[in-house]
Amino acid sequence: MVSKPVAHDHHGAEHEEAHASDQTYIRIAIILAIITIVEVIIYYIPSFRPLLVPVLIVLSVAKFITVVGYFMHLKYDSQVFRIMFIAGLVLSLGVFLAMLAMFWTVNSYKPFIGG
Amino acid sequence: MATAIEVVTAHGAGADSHGGDDHSDHPPPSAGVNSRKMLMWLFLASDCMFFGTLIATYMTYRNRSIELQMPPYPNEIFDIPYTSVSAFVLLMSSLTMVLALSAIKRNDHRGLRVWISATALLGAIFVGGQFFEFTTFARDGLTLSSNIFGSSFYVLTGFHGAHVTIGVIWLLSLLFVSLRGGLSSEKAMDVELAGLYWHFVDIVWIVIFTLVYLVPYANPPEGGAEAAPEAMIQLMTLGQRLLATLPF
Repeated sequence: MVSKPVAHDHHGAEHEEAHASDQTYIRIAIILAIITIVEVIIYYIPSFRPLLVPVLIVLSVAKFITVVGYFMHLKYDSQVFRIMFIAGLVLSLGVFLAMLAMFWTVNSYKPFIGG
Repeated sequence: MATAIEVVTAHGAGADSHGGDDHSDHPPPSAGVNSRKMLMWLFLASDCMFFGTLIATYMTYRNRSIELQMPPYPNEIFDIPYTSVSAFVLLMSSLTMVLALSAIKRNDHRGLRVWISATALLGAIFVGGQFFEFTTFARDGLTLSSNIFGSSFYVLTGFHGAHVTIGVIWLLSLLFVSLRGGLSSEKAMDVELAGLYWHFVDIVWIVIFTLVYLVPYANPPEGGAEAAPEAMIQLMTLGQRLLATLPF
C-alpha cells in the first residue's frame, strides 16, 4: 500500500465505517422486490392508467439509484467514480431526450419525421 | 490507461477508495482511487451511452409497427407475468453478488463460492428465460425482420442478454479460480469488478423492463395501414424485404 494523503486517509476511513452490512443488503433487496411487485400490480389496474407512466418512471429511477448507491457502493465510494458514472448517464440521457424530442409528438406515437 | 494515470498522479497516490482492501500485485492506486476500478467505471459510463442509444432507438420506434399496422404488436406478444419473474430473478442475483463480495472481504471462501454460484445460476436462469421468450415470440411471428418493433426489440434485449451471458462466464471463471485457491480477501477487487459489471447489467434491465414491457403501447389506429403515409409503407416494405434476405 502506497502512503496516503491525509484527506484520503480520512475519506477511506469514512468508507470503511459507512459500508453496508449483509442485513442491510437483504433489506434493500426486499425493498427492490416490493417495488417490482408494485410496478407489475399497477400495470394491471385500468383506473391507474393516466398516472401509470410517471409512476413507473419514478419507481424505476428509485430502483436504479438504490442498486447503484448500495449494491455498487457508489454511495460510499470515491467521488471520482460518481462523477464518471453520472457523466456517462447524463450524456446517454441527453441522447435519449434528443431522440425523443426529434421523433415524437405529444400523442406519443406519431413521429414528426415521416409520420 | 493505468500507467498514464499513475504518471499524472504520482504525488497523489492514495488508498483504494473502498477501504484499501486491494493488496494484490496489481497497479498501485492512483488519484486516491484504484486504477482498475476507475477503468471499470469508465467502461460502465461508456456502456451507459451504448444502452442509452439502443433504448432511445427502441422508444422512437416502439409504436411504429402499430401505426403502420405491421403485426405482431408488442401488446399482443408480451407476457408481463413471465418477464416480471425474469426481472425478479436478475434483481435477486444482484443481492447474491453483493453477498459474494461481502464474503470474500471476510475471507469466507465457502460463502464466496456459494453466493457466486447462486449469482451465476440466477444469471443463467435469466438468459435461459430470455432464450425461451425469444423462441416463443419467433413462433408467434415476431422475428428480427418482421417489423421495426421486432428489429429494435431483439437488438436491445439481445445485447442485454449478451452482457448477462458474458457476466455468467466471468462469474464462473471466478468460481473456478476460487476453487483452485486463487481468490483471497486480498484479491477482493477481482470480485468487486465483476460485481460492478453484474449490477450494471441489472440496472440496465430495470430500465428495459419499465420502458419496453410496462409502459403501455398505443392501440392500432382505426384507419389502419391506409392511415399511414404511402411512401412510409413502401419504405418499410422495402426494408422488410432487405431484412428477409439476411441469413438469421
